[in-house]
Amino acid sequence: MSARLARHGRLIDRRKPLQFTFNGRHLHGYQGDTLASALLANGQTLVGRSFKYHRPRGIVAAGPEEPNALVGLGKGAGFEPNQRATTTELFDGLIAESQNHWPSLEFDLGAVNKAMARFFPAGFYYKTFMFPRAAWEHLFEPIVRGAAGLGRVPQEKDKDTYEYFYHTTDILIVGGGIAGLQAAEIAGKSGLRVLLIEQTPDWGGRAMVDGVQINGIGAADWVEKALARLRAMPNVILRSRMMGAGVYDHGYALGYERLSDHDPKIPGPRHRLWRIRARRIITATGAIERPLSFAGNDIPGVMLAGAVRDYLENYGVSPGELTLVVTNNDNAYLSAIALHEAGLTVPAIIDARPEATGALPQKARALGLRVETGCAIGTVHGGKRVTSVTLCNQAGSGAILDEIPCDAVAMSGGWSPVVHLWSHCGGKLRWDADQAMFRPDPARPPRGANGAGFVIAAGTANGHLAAEAVMEDAAEAAAAAVRALGAKADPAKRATARSMPEMPILPVWSMPANAGPKLRMKTWLDFQNDVKVSDVRLAAQEGYESVEHTKRYTTLGMASDQGKLSNINGLAVLADSLSRDIPQVGTTTFRPPYHPISFGAIAGEARGPLFKPLRKSPIHDWLDANGAHWEPVADWRRPYCLRRSGETVKEAVTREILNTRQNVGLLDASTLGKIIVKGPDAGRFLDMLYTNMMSSLKVGRCRYGLMCNENGFLIDDGVVVRLSDDTFLCHTTSGGSDRIHAWMEEWLQTEWWDWQVYTANVTEQFAQIGIVGPKARSVLEALGGMDVSREALPFMAFQEGQIAGIRARVYRISFSGELSYEIAVPAALGQAFWNKALAAGGDFGMQPYGTEALHVMRAEKGFIMIGDETDGTVIPQDLNLGWAISRKKDDFLGKRAQQRPHMVDPNRKQLVGLLTEDPQVVLPDAAHAVEGPKRANGMENIIGHVTSSYYSPTLGHSIAMALIKGGSRRMGETLRFPVADGVVIRAQVVDPVFLDKEGERQNV
Amino acid sequence: MLSLHCPYCGVDVDETDLTPGGEAHLVRSGSGSDDADFEAYLFMRKNPRGVHFERWRHSFGCGKWFHAARATDTLEVFGTYSAQTKEPPQDVQERIRARRPDWKGFGKGDRI
Amino acid sequence: MSDAVSVCNGASFSGAVQVLDAGLCGMITLRGDLADEKLSAAVKAATGMGLPKPRRIKKGKRGAVAWMSPDELLIFVDYDLADSTVTKIERALQGQYFLAVNVSDARATFALQGTGVREVIAKGAPVDMSPQGLPVGEIRRTRLGQVAAAFWLSDEEHLTLVCFRSVGSFVYDWLCNAATEGTLPRLTG
Repeated sequence: MSARLARHGRLIDRRKPLQFTFNGRHLHGYQGDTLASALLANGQTLVGRSFKYHRPRGIVAAGPEEPNALVGLGKGAGFEPNQRATTTELFDGLIAESQNHWPSLEFDLGAVNKAMARFFPAGFYYKTFMFPRAAWEHLFEPIVRGAAGLGRVPQEKDKDTYEYFYHTTDILIVGGGIAGLQAAEIAGKSGLRVLLIEQTPDWGGRAMVDGVQINGIGAADWVEKALARLRAMPNVILRSRMMGAGVYDHGYALGYERLSDHDPKIPGPRHRLWRIRARRIITATGAIERPLSFAGNDIPGVMLAGAVRDYLENYGVSPGELTLVVTNNDNAYLSAIALHEAGLTVPAIIDARPEATGALPQKARALGLRVETGCAIGTVHGGKRVTSVTLCNQAGSGAILDEIPCDAVAMSGGWSPVVHLWSHCGGKLRWDADQAMFRPDPARPPRGANGAGFVIAAGTANGHLAAEAVMEDAAEAAAAAVRALGAKADPAKRATARSMPEMPILPVWSMPANAGPKLRMKTWLDFQNDVKVSDVRLAAQEGYESVEHTKRYTTLGMASDQGKLSNINGLAVLADSLSRDIPQVGTTTFRPPYHPISFGAIAGEARGPLFKPLRKSPIHDWLDANGAHWEPVADWRRPYCLRRSGETVKEAVTREILNTRQNVGLLDASTLGKIIVKGPDAGRFLDMLYTNMMSSLKVGRCRYGLMCNENGFLIDDGVVVRLSDDTFLCHTTSGGSDRIHAWMEEWLQTEWWDWQVYTANVTEQFAQIGIVGPKARSVLEALGGMDVSREALPFMAFQEGQIAGIRARVYRISFSGELSYEIAVPAALGQAFWNKALAAGGDFGMQPYGTEALHVMRAEKGFIMIGDETDGTVIPQDLNLGWAISRKKDDFLGKRAQQRPHMVDPNRKQLVGLLTEDPQVVLPDAAHAVEGPKRANGMENIIGHVTSSYYSPTLGHSIAMALIKGGSRRMGETLRFPVADGVVIRAQVVDPVFLDKEGERQNV
Repeated sequence: MLSLHCPYCGVDVDETDLTPGGEAHLVRSGSGSDDADFEAYLFMRKNPRGVHFERWRHSFGCGKWFHAARATDTLEVFGTYSAQTKEPPQDVQERIRARRPDWKGFGKGDRI
Repeated sequence: MSDAVSVCNGASFSGAVQVLDAGLCGMITLRGDLADEKLSAAVKAATGMGLPKPRRIKKGKRGAVAWMSPDELLIFVDYDLADSTVTKIERALQGQYFLAVNVSDARATFALQGTGVREVIAKGAPVDMSPQGLPVGEIRRTRLGQVAAAFWLSDEEHLTLVCFRSVGSFVYDWLCNAATEGTLPRLTG
């Protein structure tokens, strides 16, 4: 059983005990523990169940590569699933629960899957859940859904906050081990800006655990001194608890800083996502140890040899009382020696190599340890805990030589450099056969904007496993980065390091070498996803040759650890099965993030009121306080209607329409786009932009205009005002102001750059208030200051001056068909004007109205709305707007496209009005019109759809507009509109202008 | 996340401050153009693996359109320049030739 | 003009730095040929200031002039003087090809004060906010969070930020959130 030792544990503070719970059990650990080390210290070897077979799983690793120890952390609004125990720092009161088991971790019914393992081979889901189709809904899906997924979804809103931080640096160094520290010192001395980040709370990496000496002192002492020197450099920033999550185009990198995961009492954001732009990135990310592939290698108690050393040295935790070591390299002997020196028993070191003559094996033998060379583990015995292993020859197929009792196994299949960040943005790898590893190929780095490589791998991450080579490589990497940026560096001013020499590794991808199917069925490659050697072999047999396809077919490396442990072993098995070399098979693509990051960090501050910018008109707050029933219009909120107390939305809309038609209404139209177009060529420019002629507009007058894109399709509409000879004001739709302003600038800058035209978007400069209805003129007269008579201010004209003491521009334009004035005042005075208008209008029964009343009134008049009657495929001709298309102009945007055969087809969908047979029935928006018999596929023959549909209180019946094939030739026809549940609504095709066809109401 | 140099502001800006505008140096075919020219103008776009000329607008900055000569395979940027030109400036073309000796030249060999 | 109100009506927040609604501020967009002597003379006559170099903002007794693009300046004057300044410029440049327009009401202006104003902005703007990336007196147009903004430092502890009026209250909330006490990443040590 794993346990806490009385000695050792350089990272824990035994004077600071901490309480925590695991599955409700009260346990304790120390300040400095990870959750994993604390669980092991409490003898909790079993920490979870595997994804597919629900096999018992224990802690394997000590870092982010851990595949098994995923837990749910916290509770309620602070709960988060799938947290790695190995990267979770222990704090007082931590609550953890294991995952993927039912009903309990110790007794899991899902583990029957284990007995069924023979029936869950690679591609099981693809092969099984095919037919019959009906079984999907009732059988397969409920079962798969019930069994699938890791952890449970949080049920409450996250209580924590998150943020971004943009940072620019010359050199980003990822990894605070001795390589990163050495690189930072060399780079820091150049005076360039350096950011050094380390994912754990502690600096120095593995050097201390591995007994490295630097400059003649212990690694821990050197690290302290190096940190002090770095902290004294004003150009160097050090951040611990910050992971390099991803490397992207042109030196962009994401840093994931965990601010309070280790102590939730710390106020402020929980995570901060650094968005770093670096001119050079040095990856000093170290290496990850590989498991060995032997039968039963997933049984709790089997761990990586390096992790065993970590738990022992860093946390004073032993993985077991009898820890057997199995290896194909010298490095694992460090673990055996450390265990032995800590007073623990190492029953044997099983070394797959024919001989072990290096300094470390010699030392182990000298300490009296049993070393079995040329040997392998045949099978690990045990259920929820290792009980023994069988010894066999590595060269054979598993004939048992001996059975050795043990309660833990420390395995080492060699080390793989962490090349993820190098690879994220396209850096290529090369296979180093001597060291049995993929390492960065410096000839093929990710390239930056200037074509030069911008990532430099350093130290172990670059394939150097010995400490001295690590320091040399790190110094050279830093010097290369500094020099590439035009500064000076001296890599000779580095530290020298000494570690125990190691003899070469023997690549071992299967243990024993000729393991038969029975052993391969029990030999795990991917612990989290339950992928075994037999699965990869089966995939190869079935014709999967590409590593990317095999990954997806077997789910190898698709778990949340993204194959950090399984990748190389898996593709070695694939290569062997295909009788190819490993480099021929290649690796899967490494993609960011290196290690899962929180959704909160990705969202940053954008939640709640900051989720999305809300644009507010100058009248917004008043409307909000006066019953506004809001609707989103682009990024604005506009009041759908203004409800009085006790009123329904529908009642409010009806009241607003009738009052505006009978008396006078007040509308906040501030959101309408307003763009100034000025210059000697302004008229010529607008003639190109609008389908109709704008250059002929007289100063002081207004004209409705349409804009199309080069496809001929209608993109916007609005009233154009000629302010002076060379100055126009173009109104756009509410959602269109930025888009149309950009559209104008695009043409002026990129096509007609010799034309003399300037534009300015003045949308938000003005509050624009509509005073609309038969009594509108009386209200304006009551406000006073301007002659608004029919003669002084006729329909489609404007005046500038003062209204109610406020400087204003008054337009006689109408979107309702009523006598209507739109008054533009400076936005800062918008509310003041609104208040004055309300006061003046009181005597005339004036009431504010919202967008739905506006919509109904414009539909009564047959006016189109961009986005209702248009959908990006509609040309003005379809909407009976041919009158607004100039025939005198040689060219305008969209003219050529509107001559294409499809655009002049008389059978195009055209705008018509509709009157339902039952005048009280309102057609649903977008209802389809159908005609004739059903088509061969059983579908109705659709000839068009409803674009706007309302009940008109003015007319006392429903009205609708629709785009119908050949619609303009169908006047008087009755069309069928099948809606839900077999109901068919019938409606007659009519002229879309339902009210005041002559326009007498607006022209008074 | 590309970083492009705005030739007007003189600063390197993140892609999120820019609006992409597709292929640069298109010639507009307006009223009176024949079907083939109009089709080419409206629909036909290059999509090379390698040297490409693109339009970008510094929309969150100065609002100006500029062009970028860029390698779509390595993301190398050979230069950014004014959008108010019919073809890439000589210095940009020379830089491309220096970096990509097999480049056939502006408007050559890269038609679809 | 006592009825005129700025978006946040003078609101202020005190956190890691201070955030203040700077109130109504006169602003004029002037587009034209910045190399034209008549234009710089018109600006000088109207504001008492010469033209700033690209990306710079120049301050004087009667306001400030900021470079916004190769053919655009933003002129800052007292809110009440914006219209008359436009008129002055228009008169001076009569017959020329230019555009001068009052945009005072289309903007919201915020003042940030204290140690750490650079860090507050760095939480939302994809800009090198170090002194070498954005020196004092340089204006930067970019994004803040999800909206367009322009800002500059008049010294290491004073930053002014201008955005569109409609998102003024959003930006104010954003700034207050970013300036929450204890949330600025210290970049030293």
